[in-house]
Amino acid sequence: MRKFFGALAIGLAAFALPASALAQDILVGHYGSLTGSEATFGQSTSNGIKLAISEINGAGGINGKMVKLVEYDTKGDAREAGAVVTRLVTADKVSIVLGEVASSLSLAGAPVCQSNQVPMISPSSTNPRVTLVGDYIFRVCFIDEFQGYVAAKFATESKKAKRIAILQDQASAYSVGLADFFQKYLQQFGGDVTTRQSYNAGDQDFTARLTAIRGTNPDMIYVPGYYTDVANIAIQARKLGINVPLLGGDGWDSAKLTEIGGKSIEGSFFSNHAAPDEPAMVDFSAKYRDEYGADPDALAALGYDAAMVAFDAIKRAKSHTGPAIRDALKETKLQGVTGMIAFDGDRNTTKDAVMVEVKDGKLVMAERIKPSN
Amino acid sequence: MADFLQTLIIAITLGSLYALIALGYTMVYGVLKLINFAHSDVVVLGAWLSMTVAVFLLPRIGVTGATWWAGGLVLILAMLLCGAIGFAIERLAYKPIRGAPRLNALITAIGVSLFLQNFGQLQFTLIPNERVVASGALQERGQDPRTIRLAETVSIESEQKYAVRLFKNSAPEGATPQTRNIVAAAGTYEAGRDIAIDGGVGRADTRDARYEIVRIAAGAPLKLPFGAMPAGMPVLFNDRPVWEHVFVSETEHGRLEKPVRITLLDLTIVGTAVALLVGLQILVFNTRVGTAMRAVSYNMETAALMGIPVDRIVSMTFVLGAALAAAAGFLFAVKYTQIQQPAHATWVLLGLKAFVAAVVGGIGNIRGATLGGFLIAFIEQFGAYAGLQVGWANASAYTDVFVFVLLIVVLLVKPTGIFGTTVREKV
Repeated sequence: MRKFFGALAIGLAAFALPASALAQDILVGHYGSLTGSEATFGQSTSNGIKLAISEINGAGGINGKMVKLVEYDTKGDAREAGAVVTRLVTADKVSIVLGEVASSLSLAGAPVCQSNQVPMISPSSTNPRVTLVGDYIFRVCFIDEFQGYVAAKFATESKKAKRIAILQDQASAYSVGLADFFQKYLQQFGGDVTTRQSYNAGDQDFTARLTAIRGTNPDMIYVPGYYTDVANIAIQARKLGINVPLLGGDGWDSAKLTEIGGKSIEGSFFSNHAAPDEPAMVDFSAKYRDEYGADPDALAALGYDAAMVAFDAIKRAKSHTGPAIRDALKETKLQGVTGMIAFDGDRNTTKDAVMVEVKDGKLVMAERIKPSN
Repeated sequence: MADFLQTLIIAITLGSLYALIALGYTMVYGVLKLINFAHSDVVVLGAWLSMTVAVFLLPRIGVTGATWWAGGLVLILAMLLCGAIGFAIERLAYKPIRGAPRLNALITAIGVSLFLQNFGQLQFTLIPNERVVASGALQERGQDPRTIRLAETVSIESEQKYAVRLFKNSAPEGATPQTRNIVAAAGTYEAGRDIAIDGGVGRADTRDARYEIVRIAAGAPLKLPFGAMPAGMPVLFNDRPVWEHVFVSETEHGRLEKPVRITLLDLTIVGTAVALLVGLQILVFNTRVGTAMRAVSYNMETAALMGIPVDRIVSMTFVLGAALAAAAGFLFAVKYTQIQQPAHATWVLLGLKAFVAAVVGGIGNIRGATLGGFLIAFIEQFGAYAGLQVGWANASAYTDVFVFVLLIVVLLVKPTGIFGTTVREKV
């Protein structure tokens, strides 16, 4: 048996050999869900990062050095995320790590980066705890508290909806966090949560939850989940005769939402980092289409912004060590596709959010909402 | 009242699905004393193959939209395909180790399950509609970004359609290539010349990609639409309510309408499931094959000595179980329209609940599995309903808890399940 484990260890070591790279290249790591049930998240982010890299290398690289991407798939699995980030920082020795989208996976990768003193920028993990892991962890998106505020403000002020039911994924830190903040701000704006129902990842039938929600006769239903469940929930809600709009967060952002949800998801709203019809996004879309022949989502834009912030910091850093890059990151002031990026004391970004409406099968901007202070 | 009827309808529909799946577990266990962990993955295949057939076969034979027999055709094809897969699984994975200790078979079953989950995430083209006429490394684009430089000579015929596929070398396995159309005039283009395409080639691609120029024939390629993304099931039924009643009540927050509908789809699901359950009952208890199955289940060696072709009967059991799983997968896909990707927790949970149904009913017992399936569905749906009635607002989050508590209770009170019989093992 010991022989077997020995052989296994050698086998694993062979896999862990660093990616061949020229000494003068700057290595940037990315870990994301390239396959698995949230694969569109990782793939969009990856495309955004690659677009940024091709741009910076096209313009002569950073201080004359080319940027090279080392990318691993997390398969949407927290254990896998921890393993590949360890590989990025210890075997590949990347200068900076970009990723993940899902907060629960970023929380698996962040401690590894923190203890190895390698800066990490999450493009789109919105759970507040992510950057609280330590002073090497940054993010270029807003946090869930703001997203909850935006949705509550939009519902109560723009849509005059006061009585709102919540349907959350209780196994997801993202979903529960968002529901908490939404509830807090909804009450501040004079609204009421009629009922708060929970489901688990893997539930396919939402009838029991939706029946309980229907009984409270809400004006809207807040569903802070991922697109993989939301389309399904919308279809079943309409079958039960619930015709009020659904409201959600940035986890809805995928072409699959309207493709599967169809008519059921029409007229629903979600908060997002950018809307496809904003000017900065339109420019970015043109570049993105030229590279990939498809339209980008907000996650692609955030991937691009995260990479650009990383390059900017590496350019300004006194040396290419982790602490130096971290210090440079703290001084960031960069106009990105998704807004002005500068970090506060908790290494979060304060930016506008947009409410997006599903209209005729397309995602259009309903309203832009600024931070309250 | 509205909520009660609603819960009743959903419990009956879900119950028939659980029962169909539970039967597969119970039949294989009855004959081989093997818990076939790959069974729920055959359900997944059933759902995805139904979608494949619906998306790719129906349009080819001229069926568009919902016709009354389209659903039936898809169901039968999915059952046949999954039956064949069930046969292959038994022959390739389980038969070679039939004499080995039972633990080996159990681990093999887990292996088959993992294989199917991951295999199901790949995408295959069965019949391509395109032929590669030229290919090469995409080292540079031409002077104009909307051109690529050819590595080999290609001749473009005016009446044919061509496309350029760009494959990134670093892209994960199975990633979709980017596609551009050739907009160049017909003629022969030698290697080294630029050829015009629409849309352009990105800078990122030019360093890290190869291209293929393909000639596209008419019609769509036949592809298995599996993959790592959820997919939508096309509409096969003109679903309409066969019975509808709207319960209206006045609440302090305005008028509340609660429609209760029994739809054609609900009836179809329950009807199909009941027909299959009755059919299986007749097959097992009223035919020679069924008698042989029961004999093999009772004692394999003695059955073999009596001249029963044990191998064939075991295969038959797997084929039947897989076909029922396919039917459940089909009905599940039609009911929920959104099909989750093959490794999603939805399927694991579905398989687990069906397994619980089989155990609760008494594993190895066909009537037990049917009863167990309905029992599980009623417990989870009415548990949530009753909870809500007594003011436990969040009861619906505990549906799975109700199911597994039932399992624990049954295991404590009657470990062999409701219809189970105690088997004395010789030591």
